[in-house]
Amino acid sequence: MVKKMGTEKGAKNKQIGHNQVWIRKLTKNDFVKSLPFWLLPVSLVGLFIYGAIIWNFIISLTDLSGFGRASFDSLDFDMYVRALSDSQLLFATQNTFVLLVAFTVLCLILGLALAILLDQDIRSRGKLRTIYLLPFSLAFIVTGQVWLWIYNYNYGVVNTLTGAIGLPPIEIIGNPDHILAAVIIALAWQFTGYTMVVYLAGLRAIPDEHFEAARVAGAKKYRIYWRVIIPQLKASMASAAVILMVFALKTFDFLFAMFGQYRPQVGADILATKMVREAFQKLEWAYGAAIAVILFALALGIISPYIYYQYRVNQL
Amino acid sequence: MSSESTYRRVASKLTFSYEDWTYRKLLVYTIAFTLVIIFLFPLVVAIVTSFKTRTAVTGTLPFVPVFPWQDGFTLAQWGQAFDVLQGGLVNSFLRAIPATTITAVLGSLTAYAITQIDWRGQIAVLLLLVSATFFPTQAAIVPLARFWTVYVPLEDHLGILWGLPLLEPYHGDLIALIISDIAYGIPVVTVLFRGYYQTINQELVEAAKIDGANIFRIYQRIILPISVPMFAVVFIFHFTQVWNSFLFPLIIMSGSGHPAAPATLVLGGLGQSLEGINYGLRMAGALLTALPTVVVFILAGDKFAKGITGGGTA
Repeated sequence: MVKKMGTEKGAKNKQIGHNQVWIRKLTKNDFVKSLPFWLLPVSLVGLFIYGAIIWNFIISLTDLSGFGRASFDSLDFDMYVRALSDSQLLFATQNTFVLLVAFTVLCLILGLALAILLDQDIRSRGKLRTIYLLPFSLAFIVTGQVWLWIYNYNYGVVNTLTGAIGLPPIEIIGNPDHILAAVIIALAWQFTGYTMVVYLAGLRAIPDEHFEAARVAGAKKYRIYWRVIIPQLKASMASAAVILMVFALKTFDFLFAMFGQYRPQVGADILATKMVREAFQKLEWAYGAAIAVILFALALGIISPYIYYQYRVNQL
Repeated sequence: MSSESTYRRVASKLTFSYEDWTYRKLLVYTIAFTLVIIFLFPLVVAIVTSFKTRTAVTGTLPFVPVFPWQDGFTLAQWGQAFDVLQGGLVNSFLRAIPATTITAVLGSLTAYAITQIDWRGQIAVLLLLVSATFFPTQAAIVPLARFWTVYVPLEDHLGILWGLPLLEPYHGDLIALIISDIAYGIPVVTVLFRGYYQTINQELVEAAKIDGANIFRIYQRIILPISVPMFAVVFIFHFTQVWNSFLFPLIIMSGSGHPAAPATLVLGGLGQSLEGINYGLRMAGALLTALPTVVVFILAGDKFAKGITGGGTA
C-alpha cells in the first residue's frame, strides 16, 4: 500500500491532504471531546452484550457443565451435533416456530383492528387506548399466574364458561394439544395493545388529505381503509412484526410463571425455556450456550433484513 | 342558488349524517366497550379471586365477587402476600430506581454524542446500539451469570462496602443485577433519546456554538433542559421494563430465597404448597407485584405509549 502510494504522486498528495484534514479534525477534538459522552455506556454495551454473545459462542464450543471453569483446550461443535439428535430440542424448535407465526399474525391482525377502531371519531379514545395497552405494562410473571388460574381445570374461568353453555370441561394446561394455543392466546392478549400503539403511530403519520380525497371521490369507509390506509401502514406492520417475532423467540418469563418451574408442561416447551433449563437447572452450560447461539442466529435472521432496510432508506 | 335549495341540501346532509352517526357510532361504541371488558376481564378475575378464602375460591364462580359483608371474603391473602413480598418490593425499588436513573442519564449522553457531535464511527456505534435493542437476552445469559458468579463475584470484591450501615454482602448480587440492567437498557434508551434529539430545533444549538459554547456547555445549558419530557418518558418506560424483568434476577440470584431477590423473582415461588396451589394468595401476590407499574401506567400511560413508539416528539 505504502509503495504504491509512493509511485502515484497524486494519490500520495491526496493522502497527505486527507491526513492534514484528519489531524485538524483531531485538534478540533470533536471525536476526543465526544468520548466522555459515549465511551462508558458503549463500553458497557460492548462488554455485557457483544462481549457476552461472543463469549457465549466460545462456551458453546467447550463441554462445560456443572461447577468450575471451562477448559478451552479442545473446541469443537459437539454441542451442536448433540442438538441435532435431541428430540426434545427439535420439538421445542417446532413449537417455537408455531408460537412465532401464530402469535405474530394474531397480534398484527387484532392490533390493526383495534387501531382502526380507535381511529374512528370516538369519545375517550385516550382512555380506551390506555385500557387496551394496560396488559402490556404488566410483568409476564404476573400475567402467567393470572392465566394459569383462568385456565384451571376445575374452577377456572374458561371451564366455568364452557360449563354454562353445556359443554364438558376442557383440559387446557395438561393437554399437549391445547397448551400452546392457550399460551398464544394469553400472550396475544398482552401484546395486541402494543401492536395497536405501533399502528396508531403509523396512522397519525398519514395525512388526513388522503382520507378526505378518497371520501370526496365517494369511496366507502372500509374500502378507504383497505385500499388507502392499510397499504401505508406497511412500515408500522414490519417494525411491529420484528418486535413480536423476536419476543416470541425469547419468551421465557411467561412460561416459567405459568408452570412455576423450568420445565413447561408437555407441548409448551420452546427453545427459550429449553435453553434456560439446560443451562441453569441442569448446569449444562455448554449445551445451553449452543441453544442460545441457535436462538441468536434465528433472531439475527429476523432483525438483520429489517435493520439493513431501515439503514438503506435512512430510517434508522 | 336559492336560499331554499341551500337549506334543503344542508338539511338532507344533516339528517343523513345523523342516521349515519347513530348506526355507525352504536356499532363502534359497542365493539370498543366489549373489548374493554375482554381486556380487563383477566385482571378483574384476579382481583375478585384475591379477596376470597380458599373455600370460596373453589366454591364460587371465579368472576363473581365476594363482598366484605359476605361469607368467604378475606383480606388474609393480601396480608400473607404482603408479608412474603415486602422484602422483594423493597428490593425491586432498590433495583429499578438506580438502574432507570443511570440508564436514562447514560442514554441521553450517548444520544447527544451521536446526534449533535460529528465524529468518525458514530454510524457504527449507532448500528451496534440499534441492533442490540433486538437481541434475545438468552444469547448472553450464560456468560452473564458466570461473569457475576465465577469471575467477578461482587460480594467478595466490594468487601469494604459491606461494613457500611444498611449494606449487606448479599447486596453484591443486587449491584451486579443493576449493572446488567443498565448495560441492557442503554441501547433502547439511547435510541429513544436519539429520536427526540433529531427533532429538536437546531437554531439554539447553532447560536450557542457561534457564541463559543463548547459541547459540554451546549449539553448542559440547551439539551438537558429540553430533554425533560423525554426523561419522563424514559423513566416511566424503562422503570416498568426493569421492574417487570424476571430472567436476570433468576440467573444472577438463582432462586426466590435470595435476600436481595426482587418482587418478580419472589412471586415466582409464591403460593405453591403441599396442598396444591393457593390461587387467592397467588392472585394477591401477582397484583401486589404489578401494583407499582400499574399505578405508573395509569398516571402516565401516554408516556409509556411514547416509549413504545420511539419517543419522537415527547
